[in-house]
Amino acid sequence: MADLTTDFLGIKSPNPFWLASAPPTDKEYNVRRAFEAGWGGVVWKTLGSEGPPVVNVNGPRYGAIWGADRRLLGLNNIELITDRPLETNLEEIARVKADYPDRAMIVSLMVPCDEESWKAILPRVSETGADGIELNFGCPHGMSERGMGAAVGQVPEYVEMVTRWCKMYYDKPVIVKLTPNIADIRGPARAAKNGGADAVSLINTINSITSVNLDSMSPEPMIDGRGTHGGYCGPAVKPIALNMVAEIARDAETRGLPISGIGGVTTWRDAAEFMALGAGNVQVCTAAMTYGFKIVQEMISGLSQWMDEKGYTDTSQIVGRAVPNVTDWQYLNLNHVTKARIDQDLCIKCGRCYAACEDTSHQAISMSPDRVFEVMDNECVACNLCINVCPVEDCITMEVLEPGQIDERTGTVVEDTYANWTTHPNNPMAKAAE
Amino acid sequence: MTTPQRSDGVQPGRLARSALDENFRDAYPPLDAHEAIVAADRCYFCHDAPCITACPTEIDIPLFIRQIATGTSEAAARTILTQNILGGMCARVCPTETLCEQACVREAAEGKPVEIGQLQRYATDTLMGAGVHPFTRATPTGKTVAIVGAGPAGLACAHRLAMYGHDVVIFEARSKGGGLNEFGIAAYKSTLDFAQRELEWLLQIGGIEIRHNQRLGHEISLQGLREAHDAVFLGMGLAGVNALGVPGEDKIHAGDAVDFIAELRQAEDLASLPIGRRVVVIGGGMTAIDAGVQAKLLGAEDVSIVYRRGQDAMSASRHEQEHAQRKGVRLICNAAPVGIEGNGSLTGVRFAYTETHDGKLVVTDDTFTLPADQVFKAIGQTLAGVPDALELAGRKIAVSETGATSVKDVWAGGDCASGGDDLTVTAVAEGRDAAEDIHRRLMM
Repeated sequence: MADLTTDFLGIKSPNPFWLASAPPTDKEYNVRRAFEAGWGGVVWKTLGSEGPPVVNVNGPRYGAIWGADRRLLGLNNIELITDRPLETNLEEIARVKADYPDRAMIVSLMVPCDEESWKAILPRVSETGADGIELNFGCPHGMSERGMGAAVGQVPEYVEMVTRWCKMYYDKPVIVKLTPNIADIRGPARAAKNGGADAVSLINTINSITSVNLDSMSPEPMIDGRGTHGGYCGPAVKPIALNMVAEIARDAETRGLPISGIGGVTTWRDAAEFMALGAGNVQVCTAAMTYGFKIVQEMISGLSQWMDEKGYTDTSQIVGRAVPNVTDWQYLNLNHVTKARIDQDLCIKCGRCYAACEDTSHQAISMSPDRVFEVMDNECVACNLCINVCPVEDCITMEVLEPGQIDERTGTVVEDTYANWTTHPNNPMAKAAE
Repeated sequence: MTTPQRSDGVQPGRLARSALDENFRDAYPPLDAHEAIVAADRCYFCHDAPCITACPTEIDIPLFIRQIATGTSEAAARTILTQNILGGMCARVCPTETLCEQACVREAAEGKPVEIGQLQRYATDTLMGAGVHPFTRATPTGKTVAIVGAGPAGLACAHRLAMYGHDVVIFEARSKGGGLNEFGIAAYKSTLDFAQRELEWLLQIGGIEIRHNQRLGHEISLQGLREAHDAVFLGMGLAGVNALGVPGEDKIHAGDAVDFIAELRQAEDLASLPIGRRVVVIGGGMTAIDAGVQAKLLGAEDVSIVYRRGQDAMSASRHEQEHAQRKGVRLICNAAPVGIEGNGSLTGVRFAYTETHDGKLVVTDDTFTLPADQVFKAIGQTLAGVPDALELAGRKIAVSETGATSVKDVWAGGDCASGGDDLTVTAVAEGRDAAEDIHRRLMM
């Protein structure tokens, strides 16, 4: 059995599955149950400064979108940071950490953007014995209107400044949680690194309106006839998160900066993908909120089985393994030619590939009167849309043309050399052949 | 003590009313809103979908299912009813397992088709439940069309013609409309008087008058109808019943399955309907199944359906055969009746085993007797009372693709006309298509 023990910033946890800072980690009761269920660590729900706790709305806090059979695909929330007293949270954190010394305990923080506020709270957190802190520079709703959360995360200079204060007043690892509500994720990531961050975690939630109530003409979730944008998460955001993780993992300035991957992690496979793109561990929220704490059992068994099958013995062996293969479009091999192939034995003759190709793509699939669907190589550009819309797994696949074969669409022989846009004759900026 | 169930002979009240109520409730209860959404989610929205091709009325099934899935069942019902005005009844009685659901790609994918019939019922019930008739009548044209028979073919034809603004008079032989929807379908497929409710709903289009107790060749004649109307559509079904041609057929409890089914549908009180302790049904079609199952549900202790060919040759679908078996009806194949026995009252039916040689059925000398005190014959119906002027094709009225007969201005459709299976949905398609042709001719 593969060893899932993970060392992230020197913080050991029995597996790389942490619960993200969110409602599941709001109190001792939940966190104890999460640890009993097998979670490797938690990031405690964000604490604010001492004083009157924040208040939440008393109507719906969540909105959602669904796939077939009402599978939850995306969740949006307008909940704020913890609305329980600071002292209560700190006491509970200390108690739980003492009882579960082998689990990671990270405390998420969000206080006003001034040195005094951070200087005040950091020693209090330190006393709990928690393993580190995560700076919530990400929440896009509510707190950002008060100059916190995403309002900080969207300004790299603030990110760097606050990170620096934290490193000054706190002696354990500092993780900076990034907002995706920004044009280029590398800016705040570089700022965090420059400020001395030990790691970044991403993504926080995405600004969103999940739906509009067409009776009341209000965005949802709706509070007394009005709505506001909330933070979007869940399976639907995973592709956005994966890209941002990869961007940081391969950026010259941030390469090697530890990353905690967040965003729609629902199964062991999602976790493995985040880790392959450079995340040292993952944080989960929506999947737990949808199915409960028990899902971690599948994540643990699934990742173990896959690592065994691949011959990996330690999670560190998979971290970043796919990063070298993430590149820019201009470096993709234009001499690599594939064609779609339809397995007639697997085909159930729904014709979705045909409709997609005929109506919206390259008219490269033929349909016979008895519903046999075949790819016409002289039209197929290998766009993959047929595979994406086919309801039967592996019914349509991409076949790679071997060098020497003729691409019937272009009439040219497939070459065995690598050639990309930078040297392509159609590129006005092409570099002259050496 | 002999319980009513175990007493010999043909008698009523074999089961308590509560048991009868339970037996004759909806055999396939409708989907609720949640079930409909779950079922609709499974549709792949196929291109040029095979289910549409498999439907005699060519309902745009993927479209109506998508409309259900997106919360607009009323729009879904319009999609259905535009093609098939009796979509509500067809959702209940169509052998979907051999039509749309057999063609469903999810049948090919995992042996579990989308529940098209049930979804169609959900949509049409939703619209009809709201009391909405979604079609309006065009400006009256002043043309009149006579229709013979208020069954599925006649009603579909009438509705389409009325929609186009023509005046329609339906001449119906019975005192009640609906045809086989009302008289020829197992009670558990059409509960709560659905056939009459659907008929009344259909008539909301306006411009349709039904005259009852009007039989062709008796109260009315084809010539008379032609003279009084601009066009005539014949949809009178098959009034005759095939005979077995064996001794004893005239015994008092040797009856026609169609009469039993009709009587049961019209019965005010099922407990008053007599049924045998041991019942034998002869035949292999839907009528045989409906009679056999309902005999069992009425409390017959022992029911056998006996068919002269192999099980694969039965015209009742496998799904229907299994339904009968689940209800405790025995299917006996490859046996042909040779005599109905009994000195006075009926005591049994003598069968001879059959064999098929080169596709030809051979009755052997090997016989057996099934004890019975009631026999239902379900070996097919025949055309009866057809005016001589009409050309026949085989044993039915010869018609063109659009239902035109050999006589000018006379169309025919449904079971009485050539072509197509004898199904409600086929009758609807033929009635509708004839109406389109009639309309074209009238407006020339």
